[in-house]
Amino acid sequence: MSQDTPVDYQTSPAQYHHWKLSFDGPLATLTADVDENAGLRDGYKLKLNSYDLGVDIELHDAVNRIRFEHPEVRTVVVTSAKEKVFCSGANIFMLGLSSHAWKVNFCKFTNETRNGLEDSSRHSGLKFLAAVNGSCAGGGYELALSCDEIVLVDDRSSAVSLPEVPLLGVLPGTGGLTRLTDKRRVRHDLADVFCTTNEGVRGQKAKDWRLVDDIAKPAQFAARVKERALALAAQSDRPADGKGVALPPLSRAVEADALRYTHVTVEMDRARRTATFTVHAPQGAQPADIAAIEAAAAVWYPLAMARELDDAILWMRTNELELGTWLIKTSGDAAAVQALDASLLAHASHWLVRETIGLMRRCFARLDVSSRSLFALIEPGSCFVGSLLELALACDRSYMLMLPDDAAATPKIGLTEANFGLLPMVTGEARVARRFYDEAAPMAAARGAIGQLLDADAALALGLVTSNPDDIDWADEVRIAIEERVAMSPDALTGMEANLRFNGRENMMTRVFSRLTAWQNWIFQRPNAVGDKGALKVYGKGEKAAFDWRRV
Amino acid sequence: MSSINYSEKIPNNVDLSADRTLQRALEQWQPNYLQWWRDMGPDGSLDFDVYLRTAVSVDPQGWAQFDHVKMPDYRWGIFLNPAEQDRKIHFGDHKGEAAWQDVPGEHRANLRRIIVTQGDTEPASVEQQRHLGLTCPSQYDLRNLFQVNVEEGRHLWAMVYLLHKHFGRDGREEAEALLERRSGDEDTPRILQAFNEPTPDWLSFFMFTYFTDRDGKFQLCALAESSFDPLARTTKFMLTEEAHHMFVGESGVSRIIQRTCQAMNELKTDDPARLRAAGVIDLPTLQRYLNFHFSVTIDLFGADESSNAATFYSSGLKGRYEEGKRTDDHQLRGLTYTVLKGEDGRLVEKEVPMLNALNEVLRDDYIKDSVAGVERWNKVIDKAGIPFRLTTPHKAFHRNIGSQASLKVAPDGRVITQAEWAARVDDWLPSATDRAFVTSLMGRVVEPGKFANWIAPPMIGINRQPVDFEYVRFN
Repeated sequence: MSQDTPVDYQTSPAQYHHWKLSFDGPLATLTADVDENAGLRDGYKLKLNSYDLGVDIELHDAVNRIRFEHPEVRTVVVTSAKEKVFCSGANIFMLGLSSHAWKVNFCKFTNETRNGLEDSSRHSGLKFLAAVNGSCAGGGYELALSCDEIVLVDDRSSAVSLPEVPLLGVLPGTGGLTRLTDKRRVRHDLADVFCTTNEGVRGQKAKDWRLVDDIAKPAQFAARVKERALALAAQSDRPADGKGVALPPLSRAVEADALRYTHVTVEMDRARRTATFTVHAPQGAQPADIAAIEAAAAVWYPLAMARELDDAILWMRTNELELGTWLIKTSGDAAAVQALDASLLAHASHWLVRETIGLMRRCFARLDVSSRSLFALIEPGSCFVGSLLELALACDRSYMLMLPDDAAATPKIGLTEANFGLLPMVTGEARVARRFYDEAAPMAAARGAIGQLLDADAALALGLVTSNPDDIDWADEVRIAIEERVAMSPDALTGMEANLRFNGRENMMTRVFSRLTAWQNWIFQRPNAVGDKGALKVYGKGEKAAFDWRRV
Repeated sequence: MSSINYSEKIPNNVDLSADRTLQRALEQWQPNYLQWWRDMGPDGSLDFDVYLRTAVSVDPQGWAQFDHVKMPDYRWGIFLNPAEQDRKIHFGDHKGEAAWQDVPGEHRANLRRIIVTQGDTEPASVEQQRHLGLTCPSQYDLRNLFQVNVEEGRHLWAMVYLLHKHFGRDGREEAEALLERRSGDEDTPRILQAFNEPTPDWLSFFMFTYFTDRDGKFQLCALAESSFDPLARTTKFMLTEEAHHMFVGESGVSRIIQRTCQAMNELKTDDPARLRAAGVIDLPTLQRYLNFHFSVTIDLFGADESSNAATFYSSGLKGRYEEGKRTDDHQLRGLTYTVLKGEDGRLVEKEVPMLNALNEVLRDDYIKDSVAGVERWNKVIDKAGIPFRLTTPHKAFHRNIGSQASLKVAPDGRVITQAEWAARVDDWLPSATDRAFVTSLMGRVVEPGKFANWIAPPMIGINRQPVDFEYVRFN
């Protein structure tokens, strides 16, 4: 698929082609009504509520708006406006036309969006109910799987299915296989039958096999969905009287070699194949209490910064494939970041603060799964403290300048309580704990350093940075490290980094991103899927896939 | 285990008495089928003795045995056309290989889907027509309705046979589900939307049997080419019965036209109001019903470009109409077909891969075949010396499936605005007034040899019986 115009992840309901949002007290309804002629790229039609990246960008935006603009919403009902079709999954013709990189990036983003639904359910009390009112195949069922509950219409024909293996010769790669087992605990042999039966399973059997939570006849369907949605809502503490925060368009300048936001800058060096992300600390007086935070609304620093960084990460991942190494920097006042963390922690139970922390958590978690080498460069004027230290902790390596003769100017980093569980990785683990395998001694030492500002020698001693070159060594050491890195195989680096970043605890999310994604990416490359006679290539043309039958 | 004397109760040429798989399946299914017939078959008809044709074998003497029977006692049989020795697959990727006597596992899901979709239409049409007996225009027509109904029932048996014989437990579940869905039921509707609409009056019934049963004919013809030999042989035999259904439709409409023309000549008028006052159906109303049934039926062929159609053909599951008579390579790779697309508010011709256009190919074959019968209706009008012609509307008119569904198109093929559509729709499709008028004509006529005023008697009776024969004994 061509990379002609850059993909923009910013949108708003007025611009949606594919989704409709409606609100009724504690319930929001997110209705898929995909416009088949409004694909993000040419060459395919989004029939039967199938989706491409553009459809998912709108879904992601819609969910974020519910999080922030509608605090009264406790359950989101995901359903379809199409008759007899809930969602038929990722558009196959789009996949057939796409480059491997496009497919992988697309799957990564859709995975993050679906994980985001579960993240909101777990942390923010925003529940999701899939009201499956028609056939629900592949990625459509994977979307349903990421909801808290699935209600399937029992009209003797609507089925849930994962037909990827028998029909397309690939895997249900957006968490489908993993959620069947890890989340819904479908028996593995039944899952085997389900995943190889392209017509899927309907009605009572779908419920018996745990593929759905409930079934309802068409005449009772709406009432049952509402009843279950309200029951889910009862588990939530989202406030009925919260004042929503509108999410206005980001202030963003797109230049040939830079993205400039209010708090985030990305500068691209195409010759060196690097991009430098700089996150600026809050400036000036910051809101100290809830009323002031609510008044600041979308310009409140952590909310604005996280939205900008999120957009920058997504932009760079999709549109700048050759910039394989990201250099992460911060600039500004460390004390301001410490104050910010204090404020986040003090008000963490308020819905708006909680949602903002959630946005930061999901945004930082994108770094963990980005297929880019991440180096933090900790220089004078930086503010890698607390929540912003997470950016360095997420990196594959961190270089921190030591100025032995200038204690005032030498850069400092600092831990705050926010580094110990406020912004965990998708494993549920804090990045500091990931770093030290949660071992008692280094963790105790790190905890002991909360509140201190540490120079490079002290940071190295605590194990918080990779290297502490002094001012004589810095330029060469950093230059050589980067030049060496960008020369290595990008594929091998992606694989190595993914393995090392997720070094300890496994859970469903890591299995989605590692085991499932890795197998899928292998299958996506194989001639049996994408060769001239591969299943994905010939789908819909009336030709039969020609497989190489040798097992690998 | 058997409580059924198979060869007596269920005429068949599939060696049912020796087939334990089939016996087990049918022992379960047959009582449910009979219960379905009692619940959903023709309203109030269980005790009638009806002069019906029963197929007891596939040879010429056997497939049309006439006698008075009660419909619940009808001997629904299972028949396959005789096997062709060493039949070869004659289209698609498997061309030249031996035809399949068993379902290849690879194609199980698609074959099952084809059979279930076809099978679902059969009981559906019985359900759609179940109240028509209360307003029949004659005993002759009532008998024809019942004949159509029992044969739709037999066609259901034919599909259920394939499910039971070849699809194991899944097949049995699908066979049960065929009895559980109900036409027009909100909770358990029939699969295809056209089969969830009621058939409210006899004009609709005749139009349905002419147009929609003809869709059945084309689908069956395409399946009669199938590489799966039992499906091919089953559908071939069904076609002999389907021909009678189309005869009922064509002759029914023809007799309505004949009666209307007679009234027009007697009254020397073509004024619909005067003709309606005289109790006959004016020709413009017939044209509107024709427009409706034609357009709804051609939707049944599916989208103009379809990946399923391509897969079904290449894998040998479903051929084209008269595949064997065509002279191309029967694989169609690299060939294209012109389809009419609705794009950006216009109708445009587009070349698309032939394999993906096979729904459109079948639709076009169907249209040709339908037009021929309409011409025969026009001969009746000509013969009466009346300057009026019935025509089939443009194929983009009143479409709900395929890319043309995005447009509003007049019967002559002009793309028009929503406003013009709204202003003219009652000229083109039956209005509520038209339907109310047709309904008002529907009274029950059951004396032998008597016919409702709006329809002419047939030229000859059934099985060379007189027209005033007692086709139905009401007991």
